Amino acid sequence: MRGALAGRAIFVGVAVLALVVMPLLLEPFRLGLLAKYLCYAIVALGIGLAWGQGGMLTLGQGVFFGLGGYAMGMYLKLNDAGGDLPDFMVWSGVDRLPALWEPFRNPIFAIAAVLVVPAAVAVALGILVFRQRVRGAYFAILTQALAAAMVILLVGQQGLTGGTNGLTNFFDFFGHDVAAEETQRGLYIVVAVVLGVLYLAAWQLVRSRFGRLLLAVRDGEDRVRFLGYNPATVKTITFAISAAMAGIAGALFVPVVGIISPALLGVVPSLELVVAVAVGGRYTLAGAVLGAVVMGYAKTYFSEELPAAWLYLQGALFILVISLAPKGIVGLLRRRGHEFA
Amino acid sequence: MRGRIDEEGKSVGKFLAAIGVLVLALAGCAGQSSTSSGGTASGDTIKVGILHSLSGTMAISEVTVKNAELLAIEEINAAGGVLGKKIQPIVEDGASDWPTFAEKATKLIAQDHVATVFGGWTSASRKAMLPVFEKRKALLWYPVQYEGLESSPYIFYTGATTNQQIVPGLDYLKEQGKKKLFLVGSDYVFPRTANKIIKAYAAANGMEILGEEYTPLGHTEYSTLVNKIVEAKPDAVFNTLNGDSNVAFFKQLKSTGITAAQMPVMSVSVAEEEVTGIGVDNIAGQLVAWNYYQTTETPENQKFVAAFKAKYGAAKVTSDPMEAGYNAVYLWAEAVKKAGTAEVEAVKKAAGGIALARPEGLVTIDGENQHMYKTARIGVIQPDGQIKEVWNSGKPIKPDPYLKTYSWAGGLV
Repeated sequence: MRGALAGRAIFVGVAVLALVVMPLLLEPFRLGLLAKYLCYAIVALGIGLAWGQGGMLTLGQGVFFGLGGYAMGMYLKLNDAGGDLPDFMVWSGVDRLPALWEPFRNPIFAIAAVLVVPAAVAVALGILVFRQRVRGAYFAILTQALAAAMVILLVGQQGLTGGTNGLTNFFDFFGHDVAAEETQRGLYIVVAVVLGVLYLAAWQLVRSRFGRLLLAVRDGEDRVRFLGYNPATVKTITFAISAAMAGIAGALFVPVVGIISPALLGVVPSLELVVAVAVGGRYTLAGAVLGAVVMGYAKTYFSEELPAAWLYLQGALFILVISLAPKGIVGLLRRRGHEFA
Repeated sequence: MRGRIDEEGKSVGKFLAAIGVLVLALAGCAGQSSTSSGGTASGDTIKVGILHSLSGTMAISEVTVKNAELLAIEEINAAGGVLGKKIQPIVEDGASDWPTFAEKATKLIAQDHVATVFGGWTSASRKAMLPVFEKRKALLWYPVQYEGLESSPYIFYTGATTNQQIVPGLDYLKEQGKKKLFLVGSDYVFPRTANKIIKAYAAANGMEILGEEYTPLGHTEYSTLVNKIVEAKPDAVFNTLNGDSNVAFFKQLKSTGITAAQMPVMSVSVAEEEVTGIGVDNIAGQLVAWNYYQTTETPENQKFVAAFKAKYGAAKVTSDPMEAGYNAVYLWAEAVKKAGTAEVEAVKKAAGGIALARPEGLVTIDGENQHMYKTARIGVIQPDGQIKEVWNSGKPIKPDPYLKTYSWAGGLV
């Protein structure tokens, strides 16, 4: 009970920090970067759920992030183009709007697609994979291959997807100038609130009966099966939730950063997010979120201070945290707590 | 029980402390920036941004352009700077990642308040940066030949557009009696757009396109593709492959025994730097189209090559994109001098019509589309890795990014 109380205190503290202190403290450019880290934190939350709680090491969350991002990007592109073709189609030699794009004129369809498409792909994959009892490294490799395949698909269909360039140069976001400071500030608040709500939802899920079952599946899948539950269903549902979270993050990322491209959803960015979750601490949802923000901030900081050598520092940080604290930053904080008690 | 409560209390405290550190760090950044936000031309320096990939797949090419730009800044500073102020470069890493280019461009503009940015290589990085510069009304100098069909009011293009590189390349092949072409390219916007232009040109000039093949960036398996080319028996190959794919392509092409004399390959993304990587043995005798070679005979080029080797090592070569980056700094400095200020709109207005003798010859800024008048040069790769010019356009060609003056290009835009 005390633990729950402390947890609430931290949550409220972080919420006040994110919603009140940061917008006052940070200049618009830095606030925009924080919004980006929080988008990644939403993906990380999903990874924390699937990997930390459910034991599914997913190395392909970029796929779902991309599906959400492209759904939003397609709507914004069509909205900006008015009745015309989006700019990249003109220079890619496409003279009629492809049928796939047509429904994305409707913002409600686009927003629904942000949630439904990633979840549907995850369910389809889950049904195929988890029922065949594919797990562990095999599942990880499969998801990674999916991320690689997605990039090839997007790059190859330049007229349909913008190719390597991706979708960029957006102007209007639901009636607001996407580049304006107020819009960016508003978007930051939206991202922070969405993260908060999803965090609470995920937390409830973990504490629920379903959450117990998920942990049980992680720690002893066969035993769960012998007890009469179907682990494949539990895993598929969790995987779909984590995919939907990544989709939401992708959709928010697009107006915040102003671009969605294959480079954002391939193998490397997908791995970076898993690394961030490991750094933060994968066994708690807070660890996943913290890891994404810390690694995002570290990337910006190192690359600005040492543009020629920042990758080494980023790598060193990862190695340092994992070797000193296998359970991540949150694990380290907890252990220190024990030592001093 | 008491111990447990303490534990929780401690861990909560530690957690909040950690967040506190993060806040301080972020606030530190905010503070740092507010002290440095002195405007574009305050004090004794003018700040400019240098934004290229220093890590990732593009680093090998882009670092050379960064070095050339830094050399130009050093030279201008040694000669007294601009408007009596020294140019202070702020280098950022685009990390071969397009969104990072947009982020770092924003940082340079919003936080460092640079007067201009020199940067980019791939079209994708330029497309990602374009909205940043247009919305913030800041200036970008882009130093690489590209696919045209663009003319942003906030970008100056110091590399060739298509009518200064690809079209002259095709003119040359036509002149040589090459009627059947095979198109090979990496799968992204430049090769695809270039090939669209090539097909329109071919249709209007009685040339035949026997095949058009794309491979992903970084692809290295070319035996199937080379077999297809051999079977198709084209008169020449037009190559828009990028990066290390060229190594595998030229190696596997050479292994078929077909020589450059029998079936030349015209490349538009292979310069001196790449020749070294591909291996001279594999590519000697093949054709390239650019606006500048290390061997280009101008007094300015002798100085440039000597200065570059003195600063970065005698074994280093110079190439067209490096020269275009080097020029960009000089052209910007000239515009600032003419405007009497580094303020963006004034510099833009002053830039039109500026003509400078550069290593590649005379370069003039077209005030309308912000591209350069450039001399097209076709070269043959020599056994020593240098490129010998075999044809040039005689005079600088007026830039025409939308190919408006070419009747055959009517359906392209």
